[in-house]
Amino acid sequence: MTVRDGWEMVVGLEVHTELKTTTKMFCGCANEFGSEPNTNVCPVCLGLPGSLPVLNVRAVDLAMAIGFALHSTIAFSTFHRKNYFYPDMPKDFQISQYDLPINSGGYLDLPDGSRVTIERAHLEEDTGKSTHLGGSGRIHGADRSLVDYNRSGVPLVEIVSGPDIRSSAQARAYASELRGILIATGASDGRMEEGSMRIDANVSVRKPGDPLGTRCEIKNLNSLRSLQRAIDFEALRQVDLIEGGARVRQETRHWDENLGETSTMRTKEEAEDYRYFREPDLVDLIPDLDWQERVRVGLGAMPAERRATLLARLSGPAPAQLDALEVVVDLGFDAFVLAATDAGVEPSLALARAANELAAGSDDIARLTTDAFTLTLTMEQRGDLSATQAKTVLLELLAHGGDPRAIATAKGFEQLSSDSLGETVATLITEHPDEWARYRDGDEKLAQFFIGQVMKLTKGQANGKAVVAQLQRLR
Amino acid sequence: MRSALDIARDVRSGATTAESEMATSLAAIRAKNDELNVFLFIDEEGAIDAARRVDERVTRGEDVGALAGVPIALKDNLCQTGVPTTAGSKILNGWRPPYSATVVERVLGAGAVPMGKTNMDEFAMGSSTETSAFGPTRNPLNVERVPGGSSGGSASAVAADMTPISLGSDTGGSIRQPAALCGLVGVKPTYGLVSRYGLIAFASSLDQIGPFAKNVADAAALLEVIAGHDPMDSTSLPEPSPSLLAHVNDGIAGARVGLVRELFDGADDEVVAEVERAASALRDAGATIVELSVPELHLGLSAYYLIAPAEASSNLARYDGVRYGLRVDAEDVAAMNEATRTAGFGAEVKRRIMLGTYALSAGYYDAYYGQALKVRTQLIDAFRRAYRVADVLLGATAPSVAFALGEKTADPMAMYLSDVFTIPTNLAGDAAISVPFGTGHDGLPIGVQLLGPGRSEAGLFAAARVLELADGRS
Repeated sequence: MTVRDGWEMVVGLEVHTELKTTTKMFCGCANEFGSEPNTNVCPVCLGLPGSLPVLNVRAVDLAMAIGFALHSTIAFSTFHRKNYFYPDMPKDFQISQYDLPINSGGYLDLPDGSRVTIERAHLEEDTGKSTHLGGSGRIHGADRSLVDYNRSGVPLVEIVSGPDIRSSAQARAYASELRGILIATGASDGRMEEGSMRIDANVSVRKPGDPLGTRCEIKNLNSLRSLQRAIDFEALRQVDLIEGGARVRQETRHWDENLGETSTMRTKEEAEDYRYFREPDLVDLIPDLDWQERVRVGLGAMPAERRATLLARLSGPAPAQLDALEVVVDLGFDAFVLAATDAGVEPSLALARAANELAAGSDDIARLTTDAFTLTLTMEQRGDLSATQAKTVLLELLAHGGDPRAIATAKGFEQLSSDSLGETVATLITEHPDEWARYRDGDEKLAQFFIGQVMKLTKGQANGKAVVAQLQRLR
Repeated sequence: MRSALDIARDVRSGATTAESEMATSLAAIRAKNDELNVFLFIDEEGAIDAARRVDERVTRGEDVGALAGVPIALKDNLCQTGVPTTAGSKILNGWRPPYSATVVERVLGAGAVPMGKTNMDEFAMGSSTETSAFGPTRNPLNVERVPGGSSGGSASAVAADMTPISLGSDTGGSIRQPAALCGLVGVKPTYGLVSRYGLIAFASSLDQIGPFAKNVADAAALLEVIAGHDPMDSTSLPEPSPSLLAHVNDGIAGARVGLVRELFDGADDEVVAEVERAASALRDAGATIVELSVPELHLGLSAYYLIAPAEASSNLARYDGVRYGLRVDAEDVAAMNEATRTAGFGAEVKRRIMLGTYALSAGYYDAYYGQALKVRTQLIDAFRRAYRVADVLLGATAPSVAFALGEKTADPMAMYLSDVFTIPTNLAGDAAISVPFGTGHDGLPIGVQLLGPGRSEAGLFAAARVLELADGRS
């Protein structure tokens, strides 16, 4: 898929991810989304005169975890100050990493088999958040600007890809795969709608084989859909410019989600000189091998590997199952599926319950154990519970925890437990010896007779398949 | 005024009370402050509270600390909860910090009684306390002369017997030079020995907080209280506070003292004469004198005037009118930033912000800031070589005795040269002490400077004590 016949787009992405630490990067304030404005603040993250930063070691752990997952080299690194004026940046400089980032190099393999190189993944602090009211609604020409410093000093990792991406779909796949990795490492919750992952896209176009064209940077794309649309728009805009005899001007551009187009934010001439220099208030960051090893050992499997593990349990998976598998990997519910299938539950059933019922209750997932999930699905598969009843039990487990058998009993599903169903069937066999003899001799039609008898006794609550299973067991 | 250690001993024993010592200090401040302009804020309420707390603890028989009931003056770039703190600048006029500097917590913890905030060159940029937005401080020994700077207020507080001790900060000589000009002991501790948390930054890689006192023992006692690791400052050395007071009378027998030509070349003859007399005194006390030349020290001044302004240009960016201090309204945020900074900063601060911004700019970084960092490394190496042949280096603190008010304000380069002998220690991150030794014309005091490698404070105090005795001071 090309931008237009005879043209190729070249895209590199800068992904900023907020790290899921308890406290901020350089002070003890809570790193929390959604608090009352300006409540998670202190002299340090407000940049008050005299305050000094102290590095949060947990942020370094998570940055290194990202580095390991992206096959980066982790090395001696330093912090720099990036100097520019902005009201939501309390010190009017941002502490970032410059020529010596903690992670350099690496790559990310995408599900389609393509590989995108990683240039670096460095640590930096987030800014506060401005809201411009009235007038233009942007910083210039607004009536008033309000600033919330709760986000000021939240730790970020910026992951910079090489210019290896050739389509908006690939850009989306990269961002999606990276998001999965960030969640899997525990570095991020991946909630793009809360701004915990923000993307800048560098886009240029060229005739295949030509040197790189002039690039434009689109700032602050905060959904996968925006990312894909913005890149497509921007690449076409550049092709139109060039085909019309004009040239692409290097600049930073803003994406308007409603208009579906990009517009100039600032040109190269207006670009800031950040006057980077070593942050004298911090010491060098030298993660020794023991520290690196502790982080590496603590890392679980990444999405690609987990996807492969789950896929190996499915035979000739249907498209719906592949979708379910993506959801399970994304939400990190692999353990439920694997435990259940280890215990003999059909992989398709385990996947479906995890991708639907568990996904719907993912906020409460901490209440559910893999044992309880496995037992519920085993009961369902054995016919002790109907599908509807099994879903009810799962909902109850997510809401309050507990034991699936006790829940089934309390809900009045107990007569359908395999023991009581077995007794019912055994009694019927004794009461109907002729029918039983004919069934045992191979007359499958008689199964319907027994099902009908069981339904009568259980007021229609029983599961036909479970009755057949009991009959077959006794035959 | 009695020494800090005498006051603390008597407060602990009950021979006097913190409140009466505080009252004596307050009376002296009130009597002289209008003429000298030493205190920008006199914290009468805070001082009474602090003194009474000390007295209550004494009554309860608690261990009140090394500085029990000792009045202390704080340079106005040290944050103290609720107490106006300006760093000598209009841009912070009216700001009251919501937190206290680590050193302020520590002196309070040791029983000292902070009397208020002292005048200083704006953001510590100056050598005479004349760049303060709140008028110059006068030298108590001769009111037509400057007390030196930038910690001129803290020096004058002690010289005028308002408080027996005070705290200043030294980025290029801002404690040692005013100590010399006011006849006091002043210490620039090893970088990282004293926490900078709560010190309003001028140049972060150079700034250190240190003591002023009338005598060596008081200075050692105060440094011992404020030194030691602080988890709030990443550049703080990991060790606890060293034992200093116990070593003040260790003497200097057997030590090698390097008399460094570059540390008094160009000083007034009367200053050079005292440096030579100090060398003799140290020799008489059993030290070996080694004459040294360390040519790299001449590079210090120019490297300093690139590194310090570069860091300052970034440290002072936060004074933008958005969150605290002065705000001059304008049509949009950028214009408000500009109007605030134009109105809020004085000429010397603006000069250094521009110098530093230029030195860090794309295309100039390598030639200026980058080059200065290389010079700094050379200087560190040169000191290291010197400390292979000498344990302590000796030189002048300032090129002259206290100069007249207004004498150098029109010529920044002349003013900058006041710190030519003190700046190299800051660039190296080492320790140095200025101790009064003899007098020059008009009876004005002269200070000699003792320099040592990192964490050599105990040895420097011992050498300074030898000079103090040789100069006829008890």
